[in-house]
Amino acid sequence: MSFNFFYHFGRYIMMLRTAIARPERFSMYWKETMRQMNDIGVGSVVIVVLIAVFIGAVTAVQFAYQLQDSFVPKYYIGYIVRDSTIIELAPTITCLVLAGKVGSNIAAEIGGMRQKEHIDAMEIMGVNTASYLITPKIIAAVIVIPLLVAIACFVGIMGGYLSSVPTGLITNAEYTRGVRSFFVEYYVFMMFVKAIVFAFILTSVSAYQGYHVKGGSIELGQASTQAVVYSDILILLADYLIAILLTQ
Amino acid sequence: MIRAENIFKSFDDAEVLKGITHTFENGKTNLIIGRSGAGKTVLLKILVGLLQPTSGTVWFDDINYSQLDKKQIRAIRMQVGMLFQGSALFDSMSVEENIRFPLDMFTTMTKKEKLDRVNYCLERVSLEGVNNKYPSEVSGGMQKRVGIARAIVLNPKYLFCDEPNSGLDPKTSIVIDELIRSITIENNITTVINTHDMNSVMEIGENIALLYKGELVWTGNKNEVLDSDSDLLQDFIFASPFLQRLRNAALSSNTKV
Repeated sequence: MSFNFFYHFGRYIMMLRTAIARPERFSMYWKETMRQMNDIGVGSVVIVVLIAVFIGAVTAVQFAYQLQDSFVPKYYIGYIVRDSTIIELAPTITCLVLAGKVGSNIAAEIGGMRQKEHIDAMEIMGVNTASYLITPKIIAAVIVIPLLVAIACFVGIMGGYLSSVPTGLITNAEYTRGVRSFFVEYYVFMMFVKAIVFAFILTSVSAYQGYHVKGGSIELGQASTQAVVYSDILILLADYLIAILLTQ
Repeated sequence: MIRAENIFKSFDDAEVLKGITHTFENGKTNLIIGRSGAGKTVLLKILVGLLQPTSGTVWFDDINYSQLDKKQIRAIRMQVGMLFQGSALFDSMSVEENIRFPLDMFTTMTKKEKLDRVNYCLERVSLEGVNNKYPSEVSGGMQKRVGIARAIVLNPKYLFCDEPNSGLDPKTSIVIDELIRSITIENNITTVINTHDMNSVMEIGENIALLYKGELVWTGNKNEVLDSDSDLLQDFIFASPFLQRLRNAALSSNTKV
């Protein structure tokens, strides 16, 4: 078990080392990075917005219920929705969802290329395949996913508003006051740190699973599943470590 | 010229190649033949550097390929073209983009120069006008020809073909064989073909190596096949009763097959 962990960890590090290399032709890498930014970013906006709006809405409704008949002012609902969205819900939930959508896609794409000998074909041409196939995905994700998280954050707070103000749980003035109260800029920094780290984890782990796939369609399916499972576990672990490190 | 020297390869406990030593000559179509599981693909992958031998060395002319670092291997590989069994064309790219890919990646040619080169390679494999088609929109034989066009686009010194005729009808197979042979002669390159198609052996086998259970058991050319007293070779080439009768008839009437 422990040997297996070290074997995969070592191979993962070696893959990343190979991936960090001078591009054979910068324009090709640039083109591929742009394509990946479009696939990962634009292709994930709808799902991210949908999830964020409901997360914000549920958070607001739940806290409104918790604060019922208490002495805590109602405007705190806006404050709690804002902070929980910025610190935890937007980066973590968004990246867990993206691990499922983007991560499985990356593992399947690279794994499919391995099985159809596309990677061998590129290797024989002299292409550094780890670099050409993986680095643009990581760069694209590290740029685009924080933007998606920022969108999720904004939409989540809007979701809280939509579920609490029109339904009469609190007034527009109370929610707005809550959202504007006790704002700490550092939490936004934490959110972006999490988003960048999670983006790196979900793309590199998924790429690793696809790049080293062997066998046929069953193994490709397993690699895709493992990409999501391991990414999710590592994202949660990183979430915990970042929380400890950045709140000391 | 490519030379394999005492190549051994094992996967876990299974020894797949057992001390292969053979020279693949320049300007000739060099064939590695043998039954399924004989170790042909493993040998080809070792020659091209996709697999590392357990022991033994591979020479590309006077360069010991086995001792190169990754950077040097990539430099050599830019002189190598390979046609894969399944063509390995990139599905999301058109025929033109597939052939242009090595040019985009490794050359500083202008768009016009690249297009001219792509069109020349397409013309060379008799596939003019399919630039904008995708691999899924062309037949298996055409995919092989696109694969050849991509393999030769950088003017390689070495060309490797893994089962170029698999899945093709006999007529198309002959077209592919002839194409590979003419490209080899025209460009004076070292071509290594891995095949179990006996038509290829008899048509373009200028330097043949027969593998049997991981061992090199016979070498020669197509003209030496008929007269060879190697049972393993005769079993492989004239596998069916019909072909055996044909061979016997040819021998008894002293006709050249």
